[in-house]
Amino acid sequence: MRRIGVFICWCGTNIAATVDIETVIKEAREMPGVVYAGDNKYMCSETGQTQIKGTIVQQKLDRVVIASCSPRMHELTFRKTAAAAGLNPYLVEIANVREHCSWVHKDKDAATVKAVALIRTAVAKAALDTGLEPQEFVVTRRALVIGGGIAGIQAALDIAEAGYAVDLVERTPSIGGRMAQLDKTFPTLDCSACILTPKMVDAAAHPNINLLTYSEVEEVEGYVGNFEVTIRQKARSVDAAKCTGCGLCFEKCPSKVKSEFDEGLALRKAIYVPFPQAVPNIPVIDRDHCRWFSKKKCGVCKKVCPASAVDFEQSDVLIKQKYGAIVVATGFDLIGFEIFGEFGYGKHPDIITSMEFERLVNASGPGGGKLLKPSNQQPPKNVVFVHCVGSRDKSRGKPYCSKICCMYTAKHAVLLKEKHPEAQAYVFYIDVRTAGKDFEEFHRRAVEEYAAVYLRGLVGKVFPSGDKLLVNGVDTLSNQAVEIEADLVVLAAALTPRHDAEGLARMLGIGSDAHNFFVEAHPKLRPVESHTAGLFLAGTCQGPRDIPETVAQAGAAAAKAIALLNKETLLSDPCVSAVDESLCTGCLACLKVCPYKAISDKPLTEKVHGRQRRRLVAEVNKALCQGCGACSAACRPGAMNLLGFSNEQLLAEVDAICL
Amino acid sequence: MSVAAKTQDFEPLIVAFCCNWCSYAGADLAGTGRMSYPANIRVIRVPCSSRVSPNFILRAFQRGADGVVVAGCHPGDCHYVSGNYHARRRFSMLRRFLEFVGIEAERLEVHWISASEGSRFAQVMQDITDKIRVLGPNRKLRDSR
Ligand code: FES
Repeated sequence: MRRIGVFICWCGTNIAATVDIETVIKEAREMPGVVYAGDNKYMCSETGQTQIKGTIVQQKLDRVVIASCSPRMHELTFRKTAAAAGLNPYLVEIANVREHCSWVHKDKDAATVKAVALIRTAVAKAALDTGLEPQEFVVTRRALVIGGGIAGIQAALDIAEAGYAVDLVERTPSIGGRMAQLDKTFPTLDCSACILTPKMVDAAAHPNINLLTYSEVEEVEGYVGNFEVTIRQKARSVDAAKCTGCGLCFEKCPSKVKSEFDEGLALRKAIYVPFPQAVPNIPVIDRDHCRWFSKKKCGVCKKVCPASAVDFEQSDVLIKQKYGAIVVATGFDLIGFEIFGEFGYGKHPDIITSMEFERLVNASGPGGGKLLKPSNQQPPKNVVFVHCVGSRDKSRGKPYCSKICCMYTAKHAVLLKEKHPEAQAYVFYIDVRTAGKDFEEFHRRAVEEYAAVYLRGLVGKVFPSGDKLLVNGVDTLSNQAVEIEADLVVLAAALTPRHDAEGLARMLGIGSDAHNFFVEAHPKLRPVESHTAGLFLAGTCQGPRDIPETVAQAGAAAAKAIALLNKETLLSDPCVSAVDESLCTGCLACLKVCPYKAISDKPLTEKVHGRQRRRLVAEVNKALCQGCGACSAACRPGAMNLLGFSNEQLLAEVDAICL
Repeated sequence: MSVAAKTQDFEPLIVAFCCNWCSYAGADLAGTGRMSYPANIRVIRVPCSSRVSPNFILRAFQRGADGVVVAGCHPGDCHYVSGNYHARRRFSMLRRFLEFVGIEAERLEVHWISASEGSRFAQVMQDITDKIRVLGPNRKLRDSR
């Protein structure tokens, strides 16, 4: 007979408020094989773990069931606890009575009945658990960083500094990301480019960093310590080895396209570097807009290039590389404005986004940073800023706060006044949120020294009238309708993840929330790890945040990656398939469904009725097997079984859950 | 008791096999987001949807489950590359078999729910519970007790 111990966690009130712990304990004591059932307010705490360890010893437990949060949260914790008490860690089962029960059900009776059923199921499984021993495998000591913005650059630099090779993949032709587009940074007003470009250069020059710009991750396979990634390096149409970055090609190129870097406010050529400080300083041909590629005409760039670097024949290169750790730092986009018709974005050139404002006020931006109205290149007098466009807007936009808009709008008001002392800033806001070092002080300066007028209320409509824009809003503090004749309207748009973040999350196998921001493994305690081991998160791909937070998070993600790469070996999951040769008929249906080619055939010689007989049986390569169990479901004679999720265990679970 | 009242009282038991990497995590996310769904749903964790043998499903029906859900990663996203394709084929066959032996194929559903689709998990579970409620108890395969 088994000696199973059941430990029920209250998780404070998280479980105990919806599940009647006393009933559960009573029921658990009656379950087959259970010799002990006890509870603790926090099973994962020191006292909880001590209780588990002590009971294992005292009660001579041979199996342990913990009824608590998801196994994805604390299975490892409790396995370690059991191991510390001398029990094989694979003799521990978790009943998920929090995420799958107390948090999703309101009726206490129903939740209690279900919790009992889940525990009964875990007990049934535990009874059939066998102790397993993990194997060691070698870690690939190389990291991949996806996204070349400040988060990616920082993470890559930190990992490289620790002595590990890093590939930094960036989709656009240059690293730098959003921060490269900004003018000044709040609250210190230091110039964004001046603090970023040296880092970009450092990254490019670092012997341990390999920049893969104009490249995208196409496929990710494998697991922690041994990810196998396919990266598509798109054809630049310029030979990087030959190009000297002289810039003659884009000077002469006749085809003009709206510059993405300048948010469409200026033009670039079809062969271009996105901005003068680009790293690497090697142009790219935008094949969609190049006359050579569309009409087989022109070819001017090729003719003028003194280094003969232009290469129309270049094709995409697929790079396959192994990595031990991956840092995801893909950054943000701004919410689309189509649904916010009242602001008239797109209908008038003087209605712009805050990102466009950054470009207009930037010395390297369109108009040399003079901050002129896009419509007529005249200095603006009245500028209306609108907070929370799409943020904190449950019905049409995003329910969350985009966090940085209050501060950058205050910054914009200051910059406006510095460029045009006679100009006046009006800011429509819902709340001003200035939690951060020196943030409130900065905001007060914008109001007191730079005379920005803050109006608490919403903007109802913006419409052109003559060469002005009429802004209709309300000031809810004075309860009056306001109408402002503005020269420029700046919309502080909600931050969203990159438009294709969802696809990336799927490819990587990491979670994302309802808005497609990537989800951290634990919101408080594991903020830079994803749920998938070896995959770390940095920057705004995880949620809105400012530059210092992004840099801090990138450093933290790098530290996690370094700690992983620092290990020569990791322990493999021992939950792999095993063959019962006496049952195997050698049909090899398993071999066909195995995605890892971990199964092969093996001849077996045995004595049947005194005669030697040879037959084929399946054999599993334990190092290759990843434990999906496809083979065990495909095996008709039931010879193939998955350790930790055996046929017997799953059937026992079904039986128990249906009781 | 009228038929209508019976359907009212009937609390279906639904077993959901969820793959560890997507759907089980999606169920966790539904929990973290406190998105409620009926307590009729009981989840069994499996490494991958391809681990689910038709035997487990038949056993569930035999032991009194009124509905079974197999949930895995979206096609193309299986943590083990191709597991959910095998699962998809296997269960479309199984549904035909169920129909053949006179069990409503609707009692078995296969869904692709990713780790980020907490609300979808809750919705799918709500929907199947509603459907099975209408369908009534599974009597055909259930052990006579
Ligand atoms: S791991 Fe989710 S279906 Fe295979």
